[in-house]
Amino acid sequence: MKGNEAIAHAAIRYGADGYFGYPITPQSEVLETLEALMPWETTGMTVLQAESEVASINMVYGGAATGKAVMTSSSSPGVSLMQEGISYLAASELPALIVNVMRGGPGLGTIHPSQSDYFQATKGGGHGDYHLIVLAPSTVQEMADFVGLGFDLAFKYRTPAMIMADGIVGQMMEKVVLPPQRKRRTDAEIAEQCPWAVTGRTGGRPRNVVTSLELDSAVMEKNNERFQRTYREIEKNEVRYETKYTEDADYLIVAFGSIARICLKAIEDARKQGIKVGLIRPITLWPFPYDAIREAARNVKGILCVEINAGQMIEDVRLAVSDAVPVKHFGRMGGIVPNPQEVLDALEKDFINPTKA
Amino acid sequence: MTREEIIKEENKVYARPALLRDDVMHYCPGCSHGVVHKLVAEVIDELGLAEDAIGIAPVGCAVFAYNYIECDWIEAAHGRAPALATAASRLNPSKVVFTYQGDGDLAAIGTAETIHACTRGENIVIILINNGIYGMTGGQMSPTTLEGAKTATTPYGRRHDLNGFPLKVADVVSLLDGTCYVTRQSVHTPAAVRKAKKALTKAFLNAKAKKGTSFVEIVSTCSSGWKMTPEQANKWMEENMHKHYPLGDIKDVDAKTN
Amino acid sequence: MKDEIIIAGFGGQGVLSMGKILAYAALENDMEVTWMPSYGPEQRGGTANVTVIISDEAISSPVLDTYDTAVILNQQSLDKFEPKVKPGGVLIYDPYGIHHKPSRTDITIIPVEAMEATIETGQAKSYNMILLGALLKMRPDVPVDAVVRGLKKALPERHHHLIPVNEAAIRKGMELVEAAGH
Repeated sequence: MKGNEAIAHAAIRYGADGYFGYPITPQSEVLETLEALMPWETTGMTVLQAESEVASINMVYGGAATGKAVMTSSSSPGVSLMQEGISYLAASELPALIVNVMRGGPGLGTIHPSQSDYFQATKGGGHGDYHLIVLAPSTVQEMADFVGLGFDLAFKYRTPAMIMADGIVGQMMEKVVLPPQRKRRTDAEIAEQCPWAVTGRTGGRPRNVVTSLELDSAVMEKNNERFQRTYREIEKNEVRYETKYTEDADYLIVAFGSIARICLKAIEDARKQGIKVGLIRPITLWPFPYDAIREAARNVKGILCVEINAGQMIEDVRLAVSDAVPVKHFGRMGGIVPNPQEVLDALEKDFINPTKA
Repeated sequence: MTREEIIKEENKVYARPALLRDDVMHYCPGCSHGVVHKLVAEVIDELGLAEDAIGIAPVGCAVFAYNYIECDWIEAAHGRAPALATAASRLNPSKVVFTYQGDGDLAAIGTAETIHACTRGENIVIILINNGIYGMTGGQMSPTTLEGAKTATTPYGRRHDLNGFPLKVADVVSLLDGTCYVTRQSVHTPAAVRKAKKALTKAFLNAKAKKGTSFVEIVSTCSSGWKMTPEQANKWMEENMHKHYPLGDIKDVDAKTN
Repeated sequence: MKDEIIIAGFGGQGVLSMGKILAYAALENDMEVTWMPSYGPEQRGGTANVTVIISDEAISSPVLDTYDTAVILNQQSLDKFEPKVKPGGVLIYDPYGIHHKPSRTDITIIPVEAMEATIETGQAKSYNMILLGALLKMRPDVPVDAVVRGLKKALPERHHHLIPVNEAAIRKGMELVEAAGH
């Protein structure tokens, strides 16, 4: 199945309570698949096509505030519209899942694949000091798996999580093993697991108020300190990445999402020619695997950062290695996806045989 | 007769509603919010909805509504209350969800969310406090500001050729198939307060009975924003606001079938 | 075993669905597969293409620059992809509407008169299945019965009565290749 379809199936199987979305290429299959599967007849999951991305994310905010597992999906321009709501979710310490199947920008840009929302997703995006947990799938299997992982992390830390996919992994089909069907949590379970949830003052308990507003600066600073403590916890516990061929590598490629697979093919081709290249693929883009990259870069002559953008993750890679190793960027923009040969050519031009270029 | 002799249960003619918290309100003297808050608290209590009500607070003067009415609340982003209410209501169908919004929040930045919640017929109550001005930000023109009215952004009076016409949002949503009850009330006299309470009661009962969206507009004063005394503001409202925003039910699905 | 396939033509010719059926068939045959389409408005009449990779090992890149096998349905796609077939690879194309025939000598080029065949049978909608048949004949990694099982998965149930017609078209494509001496 397609990556977008896998998201929909996985959401139902996770026992998600609600999905609120708005059509935009290349992710409309998420909403289409959910509407076709009619989960309200089976698990009781709510699915609603909203009037805009702004409404979608605010429906997610409203649903998340009641302790439900709710999500939305969109693509770059739509995710830009959602930034205000995402900031509110983070500030109100609400768990939620946002899927961005990225397309090329800026502006209306193109419907074709891109990774140019890296800064937006990992450095804030909306206003205020906050982070999202950002998961970057490179296979359809990971599209399915990260729905559950994203929700679990979001609830564990009470913070929104994002699956940052791109048009390639959203649109491509491959084999996928879906997780088993879980039951949706009952209202009693939600009341127990989420004592903060707005559910009506059931049983006459003291009222719950979900708000991000605090005009007392001293209290607001305390709130911010609490958010930051959560982020430090996440940085400590939740860094995820994958390495391939790094043990003996002379050169290192750092790439995330679908482009990492294109790089892997380039690396395998390079190794056939006797060039030892390794791959490190950040799976969590925030928290970013700084230590793992520093470690993997210890004995290499150069790092090539391959992204489908003008060079965004490269800033984090440079932070990781602090100028100890030369770091170069290779990428295409405008919806063009580089092929394995182009990656190899870039590696050769930047590191292996710079005089040839 | 001593004070102690007077303060007795049998002499009690009025009490603070059980669900109105004993906090000092931040509203200006003469503001309609206080009265409407009291009515909402009374209605929720009287209908036995204290454990079922979920309020969605706006951005604007009523941003702190959650500080005053003793029920669960979510504080929305500016204009988005109907979107939050949609999800809260659909995901918690046994609860009664209401929004409490001003005219800037509901009829300017939140127009799309308002129209679409109403046309979907969400089983919620939308309460609009229409005082024709942005009170919180210091008295700027809102979509419902009357022509000729002077505000911080229409210092020479609103002109339709420059600023457009005042938006009759209740009339707009009454045209939508999803609304079951649309009414316009005011709280400037005891009689009006009683009528407004009746309207709110009907709206909450509609939401509980899942009849669709109920929309209760309260034409209100903003004496600070209008730069009038509370008394002048009430008078000005009667003479001007009520002319453009006439009071009474605009739509009642039940009345039709009866 | 690994076959890197590009299928390209006009949107509406059944390019994406041909790839999809092949992908499902490979899955039925317990193989690894990726299906990566060009997408968006291109599906509505412009040039559409899909990369299908079939392998018995995990597949890395779903995006390629050269291909083992190309199935080409129009001139633009022929111009674009003929140079991208690996030496020793296979290029299958329908000569209908092709003005500049492929000219490489280091690959196997197989013209398949699929359009002609559908005009004869009157089964215009099974056009893409004739070309799929030609592909299966040249690249017998996936057996026809797996394709039939794949069709059942790819097609909604209300279209299952069309499976015999499609199977016949696949066999027709195989015969056309056989008749051409391959």
